[in-house]
Parts: sequence; C-alpha cells; structure tokens
Amino acid sequence: MATLTRNPALLAGLGFAAVVLAMSSFYTVPETKQAVVLRLGKPERIVNEYDPKAKVGETGAGLTMKVPFIEDVRFVDKRIMDLDMDAQTVLSTDQLRLVVDAFARFRIVNPQRMVETVGTEQNAADALKRILASKLRNELGKQPFAALLSPERGQLMDDIQSTVNAQAKQYGAEIVDVRIKRADLPSGPPLEAAYARMASARQQEAATIRAQGNKQAQLVQAEADASAARIYADSFGKDAEFYAFYRAMQAYRTTFDDGTATVVLGPNNEFLREFEGRRTR
Amino acid sequence: MPWQNNGEGDGPTEGDDSPAKPTGNRPVNPWGEGPPRRPMGNRPAKSGGDFDDLIRRSQERLKTQFGGGNGGGNSGMDLGDGRWLMWGGGVIAAAWIVLSSFYSVDAQSAAVVQRFGAYVETTGPGVHFKLPWPIDAVQLRKVEQINIIDISSSEGATENLMLTGDQNIINLAYTVRWKIRNPENFLYELADPEKTVREVAESAMRAEISNATLNAALGPQRAQIADRVRERMQELLDSYRAGIDVRGVDIKQADPPAAVDSAFKDVSAAQQDAQQYLNRARTYAQALVAKAQGDTAAFDAVYAQYKLAPEVTRKRMYLETMERVLSKVDKTVVDAPGVAPYLPLPEVRRRGAVVADPAPAQR
Repeated sequence: MATLTRNPALLAGLGFAAVVLAMSSFYTVPETKQAVVLRLGKPERIVNEYDPKAKVGETGAGLTMKVPFIEDVRFVDKRIMDLDMDAQTVLSTDQLRLVVDAFARFRIVNPQRMVETVGTEQNAADALKRILASKLRNELGKQPFAALLSPERGQLMDDIQSTVNAQAKQYGAEIVDVRIKRADLPSGPPLEAAYARMASARQQEAATIRAQGNKQAQLVQAEADASAARIYADSFGKDAEFYAFYRAMQAYRTTFDDGTATVVLGPNNEFLREFEGRRTR
Repeated sequence: MPWQNNGEGDGPTEGDDSPAKPTGNRPVNPWGEGPPRRPMGNRPAKSGGDFDDLIRRSQERLKTQFGGGNGGGNSGMDLGDGRWLMWGGGVIAAAWIVLSSFYSVDAQSAAVVQRFGAYVETTGPGVHFKLPWPIDAVQLRKVEQINIIDISSSEGATENLMLTGDQNIINLAYTVRWKIRNPENFLYELADPEKTVREVAESAMRAEISNATLNAALGPQRAQIADRVRERMQELLDSYRAGIDVRGVDIKQADPPAAVDSAFKDVSAAQQDAQQYLNRARTYAQALVAKAQGDTAAFDAVYAQYKLAPEVTRKRMYLETMERVLSKVDKTVVDAPGVAPYLPLPEVRRRGAVVADPAPAQR
C-alpha cells in the first residue's frame, strides 16, 4: 500500500487496468438485442435469446459478465424486422400481368446460426429477400389472375411462408408473416384496357338505366290512358245517345268560339223551327 | 469558470469509465488536468525535490478528496484551487445523482424503465424514483395520444388505386388511428413500428377490397370494409405482439379512378334522366286522369238532371248552345234548300247584321 500511495503512476496504471478489465468483463444487453458470446471466435452461449413464450423483461437482458479478452460479444437484433421487396411483375396462368408488391417480416430466432452463416442481420435479410422473391414469382405464376385477387390468396401466402421458412431456418431466421401489399395492373395497355372495360360497363349501365326509365314512364302513361278511358267509358256508357248529344254541344261551343265562321241556315233547321211562327212540321 | 469546466469534464468520464461507481474515479480526474501532467512527463530527468513535492501534493489532493467526501473540507485550505475543484466536482456529481434519480411522466405518457438495458417496469403519469442515470434509463412514450396515418396516394402517384374483387379499380384514401397500448412491447418487439402499422394497414385494406365488388366498395359497404380492416390490422399487429391498439380506420374517399370518372358520372346522370322521364310521365298521367274525372263528373251531373226531364233538358241545351254559337258568327238564312253553294259569301257577310236581327228578337 505504501508503494502504491508513493507511486501515483503505478496507481494510475493499475486503475486504468482495472477499468479495462471491468469494461471487457461487463457488458449490457438491451432488450432489443440478443447477444452471441464468442469464445475465441467460437459461439459459446447466447444472452437474451428470443423466446416466443417469455414476457418482456424475462429473457435476461441487462448487465452481463463474460471472460475478459478471450470472449467477444456479437449483438443481433431481437425485434421483428422488415423485409421490403421490390415490386415485381407476375404473369398469371391466363397470361395477365400483375405488379405485386410484397412485404415480409422476419425475426432472428437462432442468433448463433445467423452469426455462423451470414454474419449480420442485413445479410440475412438480403438472402431471405432473394429466396422469397423467387418463391413468390414461382408460386404466383402458377395461379390464374382471379385467384391472385381472391380470398384464397391468404392460403397461398401461408404456403409460401411455410416453404420459405424451411430455408430461413438455415440462417437462423423465421418469417413471421408474408403479405401482398399491392397487386396492381401494370401501367400502360393493361391498365388502359381495364379502364376501357370499366368505362364500357358503366356506359352499358347508364344506357340500361335510361331505357328502364323510359319503359317505366311509358308504363305510367299507358296506365293513365287506360284508366282515363275506363273512367270515361264508365260514365258515358250509361247513355251513349245522350253523350253524343252532350259532347256535340260542347264541341260546337268550342269550335265556333272564335266567331270567324259563316253559318248558312236552312229554314228547316231545328234552331229556326219557331222562326216563322207556330207552324206544324 | 473552473467550476463548470470541471463539471463538464466530470460527467462523461463518470459515465464512460465505470458506471457502477460514479465517484470512484475522482482521484484520477485531477491528474488529467494541467499542473500535474508536466512533472509526470519530466520525472526521470528532474531532481528528487521536484518529485517529492509532487508526491506531497498528490497526497494532499487525495486527502482533500476524501476529506470532502466525509463532509470536513478544512484540511486542504492551503491548496485552494484544487480543493474547490474537488468540491465543485462533488457538488455536481451529487446534483447529477439526485437529478437523475427521479423522473416525471406527463399525463399523456407512460415511461419504460430499463436497468442496464433490461426492462424493469412501466410507470404511469407522476414523479417516480429510479437509480441514477447510467444504471437506469427511462423512455417516454405517448400512450394516450392517438396517432393518425394518412394513406391516400403512394409516392409519385396522385391516386391510390386498388383492384377490387370484380377486377375493377378503385381510388381509395383512408386514415388509420392507432395508439400505443403496451409501451414495452412497442419499444422492444418491432424494429419500425410506425412503418409496420402503415404496411399492415395497406395490406389489410387491399385484402378487404379484393374481396369486395367495386359497387360495394364505392358506397354501401364502406363502413363494414373499414371495420373489417381494423379487425384484420389488430389481429396482425397482435400476432407481432406490437403493443399497438388500432382505434379505427376511416375511409375518407372511395372513388372510381379519374380515367373513368366521366363514365361513372354518366351513370348517375342516367339515373337522374330516368327519374325525370318517370316524373314527366306521372305529371301527364295525373293531368289526364284528373281531366277524365272532371269531364265525367260534369257529364254525370248533367246526366242526372237530364234523366229527370230528358225532353226539355235536351231542347234547352241545344238552344242554349246554338244561341251562343250563332251569336258570334255571321249567319245567312236561306229559304230554298240546295242554294247554299252558290251564294256569294262576302255579300252575305256584309248583310249578315240585318239578317241576324230576328235572333235576339226571339229571345
């Protein structure tokens, strides 16, 4: 102790050594990472490994010890990560093109395997992306166009997921979910053709609606004509002879109403019957 | 300001070197500063006196340090500046420990406490204690705040087009409202939660739209579709254990694409047209029937009277009609039958007034 207090350089040196020792023996593992401890480059153990059943905070993150200098720590992301694939054109069995934009989510479930095979998450993602893209193209290419849009697509995606998962296992990864984000018609002729079809369907609908409207209108008119005729017949039919007279009277009134006519009356006219005084007919 | 310099030098050193014992490296710190460094570098060449002096000074410093720690700072009075550096450092370290030992959480938020990176607990609003900074760290997340993601048009495009189940194309704009349900899951389970919500929303919406027909998606089923999208999103996010609550999906706009908009508008125009035809027909029908009813009612009324006295009524009607008709027209009374065609009508017309005289007289 006496030498120590008398020799600050030694003290400083020892302090420094202690700090270095502490730093290389302790390390913290955040909740979001899994740590692979490598002893002289060989994976020895895993800290805070992903466990699907464990709750947050139960997997062993935090301050951890390792053997200084001979053990090294590699951190691997524990979270679910994106696998965003480029949009690709898929040709369906009925020769229709569809632009498919898929996304997948993956998680490193076996960090040791991942460290041994591809090294980093990014490399794993790239490898998975390649596998998934070709798998998607192949599987979707076996489907008719309608199926690509239909509810069965869900089953298809599940199949793709499970086959890709078998390969993903090699890299210590697990595909959590594969989904088609977008499935659109490619721009240009296919899209325009679809628009033209939609437009013509609408034109047809519009024409049908107008024709139906016309038909309804005609029906309403005809019905009105019929009921008017019935009303007239019911009423006038009671005395056809009187109706003829009555209606003629009305007709005379309206026809001669403008006063431009010239009427020549013979003396035997009914109207002039009394004209020449009382006489017998 | 030696105070602050010291403080600034102190803080990071503490944290970086030995987080477990923030005050442990205090003796090292002054050594790193100005005066002591020079003797250290020259040590082999210098005389013993200088060296002894150095030792003595360092011992004094150590004493000051430990003395300060015990609360009695009187011993190192002769070396004022060093002592004040110690003191200042101590105060700042103490302040640091106190200040970083509690944290407050506002009403909107929840705090996730981590100890050396490991999850400890989630706390709600209020002031809480924790271990000082390098040991415990706190992350705040707004758990009450509703986040809104607006999905209208994808990059570059003006429309957000989707294929419907009947292979038509629809232009959809919608918003997703979500909030954090479980801040620890939100922090630890997903690499990019916000992007995930967005992608899940897009995927769920497209899946739903591809199950619906265009007409259903345009109008009547919008609400149901939005509801099912919300459920589907929630299911997916739960399967990711994302700690996210999807509060709602609102379809703001569901239109046919602009390229075929005129055809779609023509359909509604056609509906208006059809309605118009029908209205016109109804107008005609009502007028016609009303007229028929009016006519027949008039006839019936007259006929009822006629029935009571047919002969007289008929005569009266005839004469009244003739009177009215003939009072307005030019009249010629010809005695002999069969001459009418040969009459010079203009002449007759001029004389008409004379001939008409007897008619009023008859009244």
